[in-house]
Amino acid sequence: MKELSLYILDITENSVRAGAKNITVSIEEKGSEFRLTVIDDGCGMKQEIVDRLSDPFYTTRTTRKVGLGVPFLTLAAEQTGGGVSITSKHIDEHPDDHGTVLEATFDSSHIDFIPLGDIVSTFVTLIQGSPDIDFLFRHIKDGSAMELDTKQIREVLGEDVPLSNAEVLGWIRGFVNEQYDEWDK
Amino acid sequence: MLECSGKSERKKQYLERGISMKSLQELAAIRERMKDKVSLRSGENETRIVVGMATCGISAGARPVLNAFVEEVAKEGLSDKVTVTQTGCIGICQYEPVVEVFEADKEKVTYVYMTAEKAKRVVEEHIKGGKVVTEYTIGNIKA
Repeated sequence: MKELSLYILDITENSVRAGAKNITVSIEEKGSEFRLTVIDDGCGMKQEIVDRLSDPFYTTRTTRKVGLGVPFLTLAAEQTGGGVSITSKHIDEHPDDHGTVLEATFDSSHIDFIPLGDIVSTFVTLIQGSPDIDFLFRHIKDGSAMELDTKQIREVLGEDVPLSNAEVLGWIRGFVNEQYDEWDK
Repeated sequence: MLECSGKSERKKQYLERGISMKSLQELAAIRERMKDKVSLRSGENETRIVVGMATCGISAGARPVLNAFVEEVAKEGLSDKVTVTQTGCIGICQYEPVVEVFEADKEKVTYVYMTAEKAKRVVEEHIKGGKVVTEYTIGNIKA
């Protein structure tokens, strides 16, 4: 994949499929230190599953036998000298505070760092696909910050209009772009 | 230490500005425009455009395809009877990006090797015009 934002889309789909109600995707950049964190309150995984995640021949899917989401991201991180760590609490063992935290670190000055690309499309695509999930997207880079909290949007829209409505998605795209435009000033 | 806390304070202020920056009235206006329309949806005679968005689809370029469908359907004013949704791996990863079109009382149409440009044509000719774009379908692949 040519854009890190596509890896972020792919990896966050795992949280969606885990049945999460709240998902936080956070990107923090300090100098060449690039950190991605995805936190969800989905069903979580037992330790033996977490241990097998880096194995490309492990997957929960049934249509075919390879799952490449986590191995892809791990490769992208490790090729810059970074890495991926995953901690998870399974719903059976932690009925009240289950979920998964994924953290990936990258060295953005490394020649093999995959550029972030169109992160706004990744945010919009996630909301379009799961309009009932509450997403918190946050991107902090040195002194600048971007934040999108679908809870706040939902408060304005009420229950009549879903977040997957095309006009709402257009508004979200504009809202995020406007925040990023401020970064260049 | 002081510098750190000063920075985070600035960030906080920025975030607060950021949220109020884009007028929430604009969003409220969308709600007013949409809430009546949404309730009119019957769910019947509806067309569904389903885009495969698993790792295979995403790495083959499904994200711009999905967003092109969302934008074109809205632009053509078809949102009342057409929904665009995402799904996982359809099982034919070698043909990704794959898009399936479900219409009431019609056979499913499977489009393969999709692009944003092809998506525009599918909306125009198939979804709007009722004529399947045969050259993009899975049946048109030469073995």
